[in-house]
Amino acid sequence: MDTTYTITVFSENNPGLLNRITSIFNRRKMNLESVTTSRSEVIGVHRYNFVVYSRQLLVEKVVAQINKQVEVIRTYWSLDYEIIHRELALIKVLNRPGIEEGILSLANRYQAKLLRKEKEYFVIELSAVESQIDSLFYELEPYGICEFTRSGRIAVNQNMDHLNDYLLSLDSEIKTA
Amino acid sequence: METLAKTQQKKSAKPLRKVTGAEAVILSLLKEGVDTLFGYPGGAIMPVYDALYHYQDRLNHILVRHEQGASHAAEGYARVTQKTGVCIATSGPGATNLVTGIADAMIDSTPMVCITGQVHKSLLGTDAFQETDIIGITMPVCKWNYQITHAGEIPEVMAKAFYLANSGRPGPVVIDISKNAQLEEVDFTYNKCRSIRSYFPKQMPKESSIIAAAEIINHAQRPLILAGHGILLSGAQQVFRKFVEKSGIPAGSTLLGLSALPTRHPNYVGMLGMHGNYAPNLKTNEADVIIAVGMRFDDRVTGNLKTYAKQATVIHIEIDPSEINKNVKADIPIIADAKCALEELLQRISPKKYPEWMREFGMAKEIEHREIIGPSTAPCKGPIKMAEVVARLSEMTEGKAILTTDVGQHQMIGARYYAFDETDSWVTSGGLGTMGFALPAAFGAKVGRPEKEVVALIGDGSFQMTLQELATIKQTGIPIKIIILNNRFLGMVRQWQELFFEKRYSFTEMDNPEFTQISKGFGIPAEKIEKREELAAAMKRMLDSKESYLLEIMVEKEDNVFPMVPTGSCVSKVRLK
Repeated sequence: MDTTYTITVFSENNPGLLNRITSIFNRRKMNLESVTTSRSEVIGVHRYNFVVYSRQLLVEKVVAQINKQVEVIRTYWSLDYEIIHRELALIKVLNRPGIEEGILSLANRYQAKLLRKEKEYFVIELSAVESQIDSLFYELEPYGICEFTRSGRIAVNQNMDHLNDYLLSLDSEIKTA
Repeated sequence: METLAKTQQKKSAKPLRKVTGAEAVILSLLKEGVDTLFGYPGGAIMPVYDALYHYQDRLNHILVRHEQGASHAAEGYARVTQKTGVCIATSGPGATNLVTGIADAMIDSTPMVCITGQVHKSLLGTDAFQETDIIGITMPVCKWNYQITHAGEIPEVMAKAFYLANSGRPGPVVIDISKNAQLEEVDFTYNKCRSIRSYFPKQMPKESSIIAAAEIINHAQRPLILAGHGILLSGAQQVFRKFVEKSGIPAGSTLLGLSALPTRHPNYVGMLGMHGNYAPNLKTNEADVIIAVGMRFDDRVTGNLKTYAKQATVIHIEIDPSEINKNVKADIPIIADAKCALEELLQRISPKKYPEWMREFGMAKEIEHREIIGPSTAPCKGPIKMAEVVARLSEMTEGKAILTTDVGQHQMIGARYYAFDETDSWVTSGGLGTMGFALPAAFGAKVGRPEKEVVALIGDGSFQMTLQELATIKQTGIPIKIIILNNRFLGMVRQWQELFFEKRYSFTEMDNPEFTQISKGFGIPAEKIEKREELAAAMKRMLDSKESYLLEIMVEKEDNVFPMVPTGSCVSKVRLK
């Protein structure tokens, strides 16, 4: 059954690798719901989070093919309950007389932040799971959204596997090989 | 020969410390033990060619007539030597012309390093003359690629390229070098690459998997081995043979696994897949245990996956973890180099024989012989058949020649009817199915193994894809034998049109040029025969020739290759007609 999978990739920080990885999704006609890239906790190791809506069997195959790329250090997939994940949304709403209270109360309810208040608009920032961002978007829509943007998903694991330990184990494997 | 370094030393009269990036490329090749490269010069690679000029005594450069020829020649060289093939081209069209060969090497796990020139780094991304993003273009079809934009990177990147190309599951690596990097100076020191943090080319088999696999093999009633290219790539031919002989298990082969075990070995039961032999296809769905060694369950081997070997316990020995469970679920995956895994397994298996099971293979073989092999290889009348040509060639060369082919009917006939006696003697474009492969691959193979007879078996359609390489053959004097099986059709497509498109021969009939005239025009002796009684003598003349020789054989126009497992069919429903 199709569901949401987060595919986490740790790699060397080399240009072109993102292209190489996304082409693997492309070949399987898998649509990427979101992509984020950043450094990881280890200097020199890059981290990608890919979100796909797919089947486990396919996800497993794609993960194996990503893992095979020379500069990829480690790849794994997770279901939503196995990770702590967030997206960040910025929503720009038109400022009209008499709406401020409603906007503020909505923002409060979602634990969103009023990032900026200008004469013409408000900017609301929400860091939350995707469904909450969707929900706030729909609730704000009647007020007149003039700009909306969201980051892709970022996620950390619930378990206590440390990348550093894994990297050390790789180094020792190289030494013993 | 005076080297560039010596020339410069003379000029400066000081010990040389620095070399140009271009010379660093050449020195890197020498450090990697490269003796041959296939290439074509052009603007953006000229500094490397200039450096090469000074090293002609140590590097044999073969000037091809189209860069595709260079990449296929490098593949041919690599496939028969297990060394890394090297090709070199300029930027833009030179580089893009290599792409078919790169994709071919990728899908057929062939170690290759491709060096391409690139425009000056200040011009990158500006649509400069002969600029193309070859890194972007080749990304999905190579094992690794890298663009060098300053000379200091050259030694390290070249070392990494050679290490990656020929370790683990081999493949092509593309190194794109901007012109300024070729011209800049660099202190040349070279250290071979021995490991990369994120790359584990050779995993040792898990003991638990080996024990489990041996247990299953020892208790099997109707086991079948599927021998793949991995046996050749890992140099496991000897241990594989011992494994087959000790276990007593019948062994079928994939298209690329051919010649790993001699065709006449008593346990060899034939080729698998779409145009493979009747017995191994039929028995795949009756085996209780399947031991797949260094193969990837390609769709041409499996037919319909939903009905493929569902009854069998599958032991899959494979170096590339992403191949495990990709197409066929492995009950016992052994992620390892085929040689290591077979050595371990050999210790733990019991000697056995399967007389009844082997007899069943024998019976199926008899049926195939009666229905197909006999009439195809020894017809009494009618036009010459492709199968009888290959069978005759096999007999006359005692199965000891290296055979290269393109793709299509002639390829399947070559695979089916040549009785390989020696390992690494079958060079074909398997995964990509590239027309135009055989001719350049043949001279690549001959350069790699000059002591062997190399025969390029080519269809009339395929020949016209890379026939300009006859000039390369002539210029270099590399003696190869060329057989064109001319049926005046794109034979395999025509066969499918006959079988699945109600004989609508849509653009498959060919009005061909006079191939012998073309060959003679290139300075290569040639003859053409049409009659069966001319065949033996003509082939003898070809084989006896000390120089290259082209033999065009007019064969039956609408001959079909059988057996056949049509696309999407169940492998055991293999058609005999």
